[in-house]
Amino acid sequence: MNFNLTMMPTTLDAGHLGLAVLALILLLLWLAKGTGGATDSRTEQAAAPAVAPKAESAPRSEPQAQTKPVAQAAVQLKQITPDTALQLLSLLQQEARFVDFVREDLGSFSDADIGAAARVVHEGSQKALNSYFTLEPVRTEDEETRVTLAEGFNAQEVRLTGNVVGTAPFTGTLVHRGWKVTEVKLPKLASGHDTRVIAPAEVEL
Amino acid sequence: MTTEHNSGASRYAVGIDLGTTHCVLSYADLQSDAAQPDDAPRIEVMPIPQLTAPGTIDEKWQLPSFLYQAHESELSVDEIRLPWAQAPVIVGTLARELGSKTPIRLVASAKSWLCHGDVDRHSAFLPLNSPQEVPRVSPLDATGLYLEHLREAWDYWYPDTPLSEQDVTLTVPASFDPAARELTAKAASKVGFKHLTLLEEPQAAVYSWIEASNGSWRDQVGVGDIILVVDIGGGTSDFSLVAVTEDDGNLVLNRVAVGDHILLGGDNMDLALAYRLKAKLAEQGTQLQPWQVLGITQGCRDAKEALLADPELASVAISVPSRGSKLLGGTLRTELTQEEVQQTLVDGFFPRVSIAEHPAQQTRSALTRMGLPYAQDAGISRHLAAFLSRQHAAANELFEAVDTPEQGDDFIRPTRVLFNGGVLKAPLLADRMMGIINSWLNDAGAPEATLLPGLDLDLAVARGSAYYGAVRRGQGVRIRGGIASAFYVGIESSMPAIPGMEAPLQALCVAPFGMEEGTEVTVPGLEFGLVVGAPVRFRFFGSTTRRDDAAGMLLEYWEPQELEELPEVQAELPVEGRTPGEVVAVTVASRVTELGTLRLEAIALEGGQRWQVELDVREG
Repeated sequence: MNFNLTMMPTTLDAGHLGLAVLALILLLLWLAKGTGGATDSRTEQAAAPAVAPKAESAPRSEPQAQTKPVAQAAVQLKQITPDTALQLLSLLQQEARFVDFVREDLGSFSDADIGAAARVVHEGSQKALNSYFTLEPVRTEDEETRVTLAEGFNAQEVRLTGNVVGTAPFTGTLVHRGWKVTEVKLPKLASGHDTRVIAPAEVEL
Repeated sequence: MTTEHNSGASRYAVGIDLGTTHCVLSYADLQSDAAQPDDAPRIEVMPIPQLTAPGTIDEKWQLPSFLYQAHESELSVDEIRLPWAQAPVIVGTLARELGSKTPIRLVASAKSWLCHGDVDRHSAFLPLNSPQEVPRVSPLDATGLYLEHLREAWDYWYPDTPLSEQDVTLTVPASFDPAARELTAKAASKVGFKHLTLLEEPQAAVYSWIEASNGSWRDQVGVGDIILVVDIGGGTSDFSLVAVTEDDGNLVLNRVAVGDHILLGGDNMDLALAYRLKAKLAEQGTQLQPWQVLGITQGCRDAKEALLADPELASVAISVPSRGSKLLGGTLRTELTQEEVQQTLVDGFFPRVSIAEHPAQQTRSALTRMGLPYAQDAGISRHLAAFLSRQHAAANELFEAVDTPEQGDDFIRPTRVLFNGGVLKAPLLADRMMGIINSWLNDAGAPEATLLPGLDLDLAVARGSAYYGAVRRGQGVRIRGGIASAFYVGIESSMPAIPGMEAPLQALCVAPFGMEEGTEVTVPGLEFGLVVGAPVRFRFFGSTTRRDDAAGMLLEYWEPQELEELPEVQAELPVEGRTPGEVVAVTVASRVTELGTLRLEAIALEGGQRWQVELDVREG
């Protein structure tokens, strides 16, 4: 199929109309849901106690940003609500001093100083990553060994590079094992919480 | 307080480990489809939603037992909301975090205060030594607030089966005195628990081992075995002995002895390491700020775990980041070496000592400031040696008919060891502890003891107590025990007064050792006149070693270490319906409730009316 993004439709066909209506409905749903996401998820849980507490209600992350036709823009808008990103930034700052570290100019410091700070960032980031995400490699084979991809492999999980010609099965060298998040367990946020403050100023009395 | 018993009504058996530093709740679904009558119940641990940062709620297996009373300008109401109704104060992870920077508003170790007989545990005095403006709570209230959080969390997950209606087993240290048990039960009933039982923590650990063994525990122990339970938690250490006997061909577990309450645990170890590093840095010319000591303590906790897990590891770096946003240059870097951990932790807390080396007797001067009676001797092995020596005869009576390995009369020889508590997760410390116990056994020519496997040392107490709640309902092994102390009231003997000498004190046994739950004894020989409206106080004593004294036995002489003085007890006849000043002749009966608490009652000789004797007397 060819995509020509410069071409504008001259007539409104049934397909486009359907997509436009869908977009409108999704937008309305999104507006109706409002920003009280945290409150909503709480009431949902309270109403469904049969779900064992083990089943963490944290959203399963979609591994990749989707490249889908333009008409699904409303869905994508919901995906990029900044709260989760800000929350993660805040967690990395609180536990690993991530923002402090990245915002600093390394120029005038010795490697020993940088090393000491890097330990803080590394230990904290590791702690944060381990407590909020369950990670596993996409491929379990050793890197720099030959692997064969059968027909119908998941192109989102495995990226082909180099001499990409022919048809599956493909055989090549595993350059990077990849990472996949199997579980996300982010803390929940109170509805009144301002996620933009990723670290409050601290005043000692 | 009345305890209703709940035959078959409650759906869940819930176990709560009310720890000094953490609380854990676990439960078994007694009506789950998968549950077969003969099957061991399936135990789950409940994730506890709690504030981990302002405005942030996360679920964790453990609820840190900390309470923080924020200043009104400190946090907005929105930031400290929970998924359920607004809590009056902050408990859990956030409380601990905030309290590390603002200790004047933090209440910690409420449980240790609850069993501290020298203070009025009802009065609101925590946090101690804080400015006037900070609201105070009593150890009882603090305990209630942790339980309240757990209740709300449960009701949030299971709104149709509120926790107050479930069978709840609450664990207490085996060494808790009757008043502390009574207070724990009181806190729980205030929170609304209707079907409550108390269980000793080391027993809960044993139940957890039984549960985890999937029925194979019978292959791991046999008749004549003595199981030593060593429980070293964050704030306290606790020892118990369980003897294995046989009844009708079935193995029976008998809890035969419990140790003293020792305020010594993992937190002391982290602190010891931090101060060691502080001294090392001071030698190098770096003076640490208080907040850096705090950072080092946290760093030591992680580094210690790494070093204890891997003896090959020579050292672990510890970095304490600056307080400000400038991370580089301000970060303090030091390292904790394997040698330092060996010297401070392994040799400091687990010294290789002989069985005859005991901690120095704690003589508490009356001038000490009010505070928790922390153990003055950090050598856990010395405390254990003292316990095993003191309890040398604990299993003699039970094993009379059984052919058992030779027991000496210097100390009791355990044949199995069960570990519990986070500290003993470290293989190096667990090996050291086993090594010390076995060196005592070797020296005495006794066979070595083996370690019983299979416990999750952090969650075992909660899991075991839920299991106990489930087996109480149906079949399954129950540990026999009864009360692990005999109790006495002090009576001044009537003899002519000698100037300058106190009248000699006699001790009258009111509750014999091993009294079972749900039983009652009347105490012959204790009759006195109670003046209506005027309280009478008695000195009160407990003994974990005098096993043969029957109720009514009058002791005129005892070894100083045999009887331990507990807070006074008080009998008072309410004025209602009587003339003040009237004298009523009463006798005393003692009863161990189904709940697991001790009750003393005054009974009128005429008419048989009863009044409770208060175990926990409020001061003044």
